[in-house]
Amino acid sequence: MIQTLAFYLFAIMVCLSGLLTITARNPVHSVLWLILAFFNAAGLMLLLGAEFIAMLLVIVYVGAVAVLFLFVVMMLDIDFSELRAGVARYAIFGFALAAAMAVEIVVAVGAWEAGPIQTAGRAAPTPDPAAVPNIQALGTLLYTKYLFVFEGAGLVLLVAMIGAIVLTHRNRGGVRKQNIAYQNRRRPQDATRMTNPPVGQGVEL
Amino acid sequence: MIGLPHYLAVSAILFVMGVLGIFINRKNVIIILMAIELILLAVNINLVAFSAFLHDLVGQIFAMFVLTVAAGEAAIGLAILVIYFRGRGTIAVDDINRMKG
Repeated sequence: MIQTLAFYLFAIMVCLSGLLTITARNPVHSVLWLILAFFNAAGLMLLLGAEFIAMLLVIVYVGAVAVLFLFVVMMLDIDFSELRAGVARYAIFGFALAAAMAVEIVVAVGAWEAGPIQTAGRAAPTPDPAAVPNIQALGTLLYTKYLFVFEGAGLVLLVAMIGAIVLTHRNRGGVRKQNIAYQNRRRPQDATRMTNPPVGQGVEL
Repeated sequence: MIGLPHYLAVSAILFVMGVLGIFINRKNVIIILMAIELILLAVNINLVAFSAFLHDLVGQIFAMFVLTVAAGEAAIGLAILVIYFRGRGTIAVDDINRMKG
């Protein structure tokens, strides 16, 4: 009973916050609704017994991606009212496409329910949750069978990180910075000069 | 009793909302990126639901990889957005046609 109640709570909240994400006038509110959607999706995954994915969702999406969005929305000085000008023009086409897609998904689910496709055995059967915790089962699988895919995912993140830094890094001109190597290289004979000027003529430096 | 179709319905609604978000916010790249995140979230719910109901852990493994790619995509997308804004002073998608590709 409580599981059914929790499912409907999370499901309604995730759909509602998803809708508000795409319709909110202020992008900051959009990001905050997106965070709520992520939290509720994490709740849904918790109900399914996928504890590790749920926690990962909270840490990665809420802790990193949503904060990144919030940073960018607040950092850039954008006139958002001007960006909303063309909403009505595309709304009808968008709704038609969304409706078509929803119907397609409903048909697909119906077909799948009518006669489940006989899958050729499970690739990695879930062990008994009472004996092996979710995170342990995932780790065992990830570090053995999917090790190379896992390292590939690490590579994807590395490339994304380097790309983001390379794209946004800039050298500002006209900034006076301390150059310690240059200071240490300086010798007395480069810096000073002995002169013996005649009386009344001065010296040209 | 909550079954697989319930989860598939939630995921389908979220996916369609993401697609709709791309269309009704045609000009605002930030909202479009958020809509893509919604789509990826719907895919993740789908993967985890199938994984739980078919008792196969591989769905959860792949949900993790989808999460990885989503994080990388958001970082790169926002970086491109920041440099575009620095150069042009606007993020309207309609104006991004310089290369005429």
